[in-house]
Amino acid sequence: MSATAYLGGLGTAGAAALLGAILPDRRRLLGAGVLAAVGCLAALVGAGEVLVSGRSFTVHVAAVLPLAGLDLRVDALGALFIVTTAAVGLAASCYAVGYGAHARPGRTATALQPAFLATMLLVPAAASVASFLVAWELMALTSLLAVLIEHRRPETRDAAQWYGAMTHIGAAAILLGLLLLATHAGGQGFAVIASHRRQLSAPLASVVFVLVLVGFASKAGAVPLHPWLPRAHPQAPGPISALMSGAMVNMGVYGILRVGRDLLGGGELWWWLVVAALGIVSAVFGALHAAASTDLKRLLAYSTVDNVGLVLIGLGGAGALVASGHRQLGDLLELAALFHMVNHALFKGCLFLGAGAVQHATGTRDLDRLGGLARRMPATAVVFGIGALAITGLPGLNGFASEWLLLQGLLHGFGTHSAVTEAVLLGGVATVAVTGGLTATAFVKALGVGFLGQPRSGDAAGGREVAASMVVGMALLAGGCVVLGVVPGVVLPVVDRAVAVVDHVVATVPARSAPPVRSGLGLDLAPLQGAVEPALLVMGMLAGIVAAWGLLRLVPRQAELRARRRTEAWGCGREVQTARMEITATSFAEPLQRVFADVLRPDRDVEVTHAAESRYFPEAITFHQRVDDAVERAVYRPVIGTVERWGNLARRVPNGSVHRYLAFGLAALVLILVVLA
Amino acid sequence: MTGALSTTVASGTSGLLAGIGASVLQVIGVAVGGPLLLGLMAKVRARAEGRRGAPVTQVLADLRKLVRKEAVRAHHTSVVSLLAPRVLVASSSVAVAMSPLLTTRPVAARGADLFAVVFLLLVGSVALALLGLDAGTAFGGMGSSRAMTVGAISEPALLVAVVALAVQSQTSNLPGLVTASLAHPGWLASPQRLLALVALVIVVIAETGRLPVDNPSTHLELTMIHEAMILECAGPDLALVTVGEAMRLGLLLGLLANLFFPWGVGVSGSLPGILGGMGALAAKTALVAALIAVVEVSTAKLRLFRVPELLAGAFVLGIVAVTTALVSR
Repeated sequence: MSATAYLGGLGTAGAAALLGAILPDRRRLLGAGVLAAVGCLAALVGAGEVLVSGRSFTVHVAAVLPLAGLDLRVDALGALFIVTTAAVGLAASCYAVGYGAHARPGRTATALQPAFLATMLLVPAAASVASFLVAWELMALTSLLAVLIEHRRPETRDAAQWYGAMTHIGAAAILLGLLLLATHAGGQGFAVIASHRRQLSAPLASVVFVLVLVGFASKAGAVPLHPWLPRAHPQAPGPISALMSGAMVNMGVYGILRVGRDLLGGGELWWWLVVAALGIVSAVFGALHAAASTDLKRLLAYSTVDNVGLVLIGLGGAGALVASGHRQLGDLLELAALFHMVNHALFKGCLFLGAGAVQHATGTRDLDRLGGLARRMPATAVVFGIGALAITGLPGLNGFASEWLLLQGLLHGFGTHSAVTEAVLLGGVATVAVTGGLTATAFVKALGVGFLGQPRSGDAAGGREVAASMVVGMALLAGGCVVLGVVPGVVLPVVDRAVAVVDHVVATVPARSAPPVRSGLGLDLAPLQGAVEPALLVMGMLAGIVAAWGLLRLVPRQAELRARRRTEAWGCGREVQTARMEITATSFAEPLQRVFADVLRPDRDVEVTHAAESRYFPEAITFHQRVDDAVERAVYRPVIGTVERWGNLARRVPNGSVHRYLAFGLAALVLILVVLA
Repeated sequence: MTGALSTTVASGTSGLLAGIGASVLQVIGVAVGGPLLLGLMAKVRARAEGRRGAPVTQVLADLRKLVRKEAVRAHHTSVVSLLAPRVLVASSSVAVAMSPLLTTRPVAARGADLFAVVFLLLVGSVALALLGLDAGTAFGGMGSSRAMTVGAISEPALLVAVVALAVQSQTSNLPGLVTASLAHPGWLASPQRLLALVALVIVVIAETGRLPVDNPSTHLELTMIHEAMILECAGPDLALVTVGEAMRLGLLLGLLANLFFPWGVGVSGSLPGILGGMGALAAKTALVAALIAVVEVSTAKLRLFRVPELLAGAFVLGIVAVTTALVSR
C-alpha cells in the first residue's frame, strides 16, 4: 500500500513534468500544477504510512539503470524527508498555478518544477550507491536549470554559475566518498555497506566521512560552503526558491545522517564535533547577514544558512553524545534537530512563497522600496506574518517548539562530563541564543518594513492581492506552522521513528530506556526534567487578549469617545508624514550592522556634491552601501582569481596552429612511453 | 531534585483550583504592583534629586485617566496597532501566571519553563517593535530599530544567564529552580550565581528600558528608544502598553528576587502561604526597584553604540557563569 502510493506519487510528479512539456499554453500550468500536487499528496500518504507504522518497503527496478538497476528503500528516516519534501511540494505546486498565470512560463519552465520535485522525492528513497548518485545528480541538474528559468537577467546567470560549480564540486566529493565506501565494503547496496562497516579501517571511514561531509554540507549551505545559496535561492522563481530552501537543503542533512550515522555507524567523536562547529559558524554567520540584508529573498536565504546551522548543531551534538555513550541524550538532541528541520521547511517554504507573492505583485523584492502591503495584500501579509513569527520562535508557533527542544537537548547534554563535548554544546547554547535575537531583528524588519507603514515606492503602492491558488499554497504551510506549534507532541513520536532508524546501529552504546519525548500534546522530556505546554500558553494568551478587551469595555466612557478616530501621526510639529520620512530596511539594520561591523564589513560610499557658490552648502548627497559576504571575499575571490589567471594562460596554448597540436601529440606520446618504460 | 519538583506539582481538582487561584492572584498583583513599582522608582529618583515628586500611585492614576480617553490612531496604521498592546499585555500575563512569584505552585507548574518565559518576553518585544513600524513614521521606525538592536544582544545575554541557573539546578523548570534555591542557600555565594546575577541585572535594566540603556523620562524624540515606538499610542492603547511594560518590569524583578533570594515565597500553595509570599515579593521587588532608581540618579545615559558593549559584557558574564557551573558540578 505505502509502496504503491509512493511510487504512484513519484510517477505522477514525473507525468506532471511531461504534461508541462507537451500541453498547449493555457492548459499547461493548471495540468502540471494539479498533477504535481496529486503526486505530492500520494507520496505524502505513502511515506507517511511508513513513518506511522514504522514498516519500510523495498523496490528494485532492474530496467531503469543499466548494470545495477534502481534500488529503492523507504525507511522511517527517508520517509521523514519525503514527507517534508512532499508537504512543501504540495504547497508550491498549488502556488505555481497562480504564480505563472501572468508570466506565462514556457514549456521547459513549467516542466522543470515537477521534475525537480520528483528528483527530491527520489533521493531519500535511493538504497544503493548508484541509485543515490543518479538521483542526487538529477536533483542537482533540475535545480540548476530551475534557477536558470529567468536566465535573461545577468545576476541569474551569475548565480547559476556559482551554483553549478559548487554543486558539482560537492557531487564529485560525494561520488568519491561513496565509491571509496562501496569498493571497501564489498558491494554498492546500502544494506550491504551497513552490514560490512566493521571491516572498514577507521582512517578510511574518516576519509569517506570528510568527503561526503564536504558534498552534503555544501548542498545544505553550511558556511564556508554556502556562497551559492544566497545567490541561487533568491534568483529562482518563487515556488522554486521555496522548494530549494524548504526541501533541497534538507537533502544535505539527510546525506550526513544516512552516511555518517546509518552506513558508517556513527564513527568517531571528532566527526560530529566538526559537524557541530560547522553548524555554529553557519548559524551565527547566516543570522548576522539575514539581519543586515535588505533584499527580501536574500534575507530569507541567509536565514536558511542560519537554520541549517541550528540543525547541524543538533545533529553534531547528537552524534557526539552517542559516540561518547549517551544515547538517550543524543536521541533527544537529534529529535530536536530533525523537528527543527521539518519546521524550517514549513516556515521557510511559507516565507519564500510569500516573498514570491510580493515580488509577483509589486515587481520588486527590495525592502527599501516596499511597505504598506498589509492593507493591499492582507492574505499574503497574514501568512507571511505567521511564517515570520514562527521563525522568530514565538510560543504557539512551530519555531518555538523545536528551538525549545534544541535548548533542552543542549542543556541536558551537559551531563556527560567530557570537556570537548561540553565546550561544543556550550557553543551551541550561545549560538541558539545569539541567533534568536538576530533572527527576531531580521524578521521584524522583513514584516514591519515590508508590510506595515506606508508604501515607499509606486511599485509597492500598486501591489494587489495575489491569486487564490497562491494564497492557498501559502496558507497550507502557514497552517502547518500553527498546528505543529500548538500541539508539537502529536508529531514528535513520528519524528522519533526516524531517529530510531539511525540509532539502532550503534550497538556498543546501551539502548535507550524511553523515547526522548513523552507522547502527548505538549513537550515533556520525562524522565528528564523539562516540560512545556504550548497549547496552554496559546490559550492563556488568547484569554489575556479577551480579558483585556472585556476590561476595557467595562470602563465607563462617553459614547462619542468610543468611536475610533484616525489622525496624522506625530511629526514633531510637521503636518504631514510622507513615505520619504519613513525608516527604510537599510536604516533599520544600520545600528546592528555598526555593532557587528567587524564581521559584516559593509562597503559604504557617501558622495557629497557641493553647491557652486559655497562648499558649505551640499547640493546632493548620494549614499551607497552593500554588505558583501566576508567568506566569499576572503576565500572564494582569490581562488576564482587564480583559476581565471591560469585559465587565461592556458588559453594561449591552443592558438589554432595544426603544427603546434601535432607537437603536443608527439610530446604526449613520448611522455607516455617514458612513463611506461 | 525529582522529589523537590514532584512536591510542586499540584494534584487533583483542588490543587488545580488552588493553582489557578494563585496564578490569577499573581497576574492581578503584578498588574497593580508593576505600576506601583514604576511610581516608586520615580519617587525615589525625585527624592534623591531633592524634589518631592509625584505620589507612588501616580502611574495608576494616569492609567485611570488614559482608559477613559478615546483611542486615536494614526493614518496608515493596520490591525497591528490594535493587536500589539493587547498581545503585549496577554503575553506578559501568561509569563506572570506561570512564574513562581507568590507561590511555587502556580497553575500548570510542570510546564512552567524558564526558556518559555524568555520567549514570552520576546513576544512582547516583537509586538512593540511592529507597533513602532506600523504608522510608518520616522520616530517609530527609529525606536523599533534601536529596540531590536538592544534586544538582539540582551535576549542572548538573558538566555545564557538563565542557562547558567538551569545547569546548576539541572532543570529549567521555574518552580524547580526556586525550590532548588531554597534547598541550597549556600548557592547564593557560589561564583556562577553571582556572575549570573550581575548579567541578569544588566539585562533587566536593558529589557525594561531604564538608565543607562534608555531614559524612560526623556522628552526628546531623537534620544528615545522605547518611548519612540509608542509615540502613536493613545488612550486605552497607551494604557495597555504601560500596563504591559510595568508587568514585564514586575515579572523580571520578581523573578530576579525569587530565583536568587527565594525566602518568603509560598511553598505550600495555601492562602496564608500566598499572602506571605505577596508580602515578601512586594518587599523584595520594592528594594530592588529602589536600588535601580538610586543607581539611575547617579548614571548618565550611555551613547547608543556603547550599549551593545555593556550587553556584550553581560553575555560574556553569562557564558563565564555557565562554564563555572559546568566546572564546579
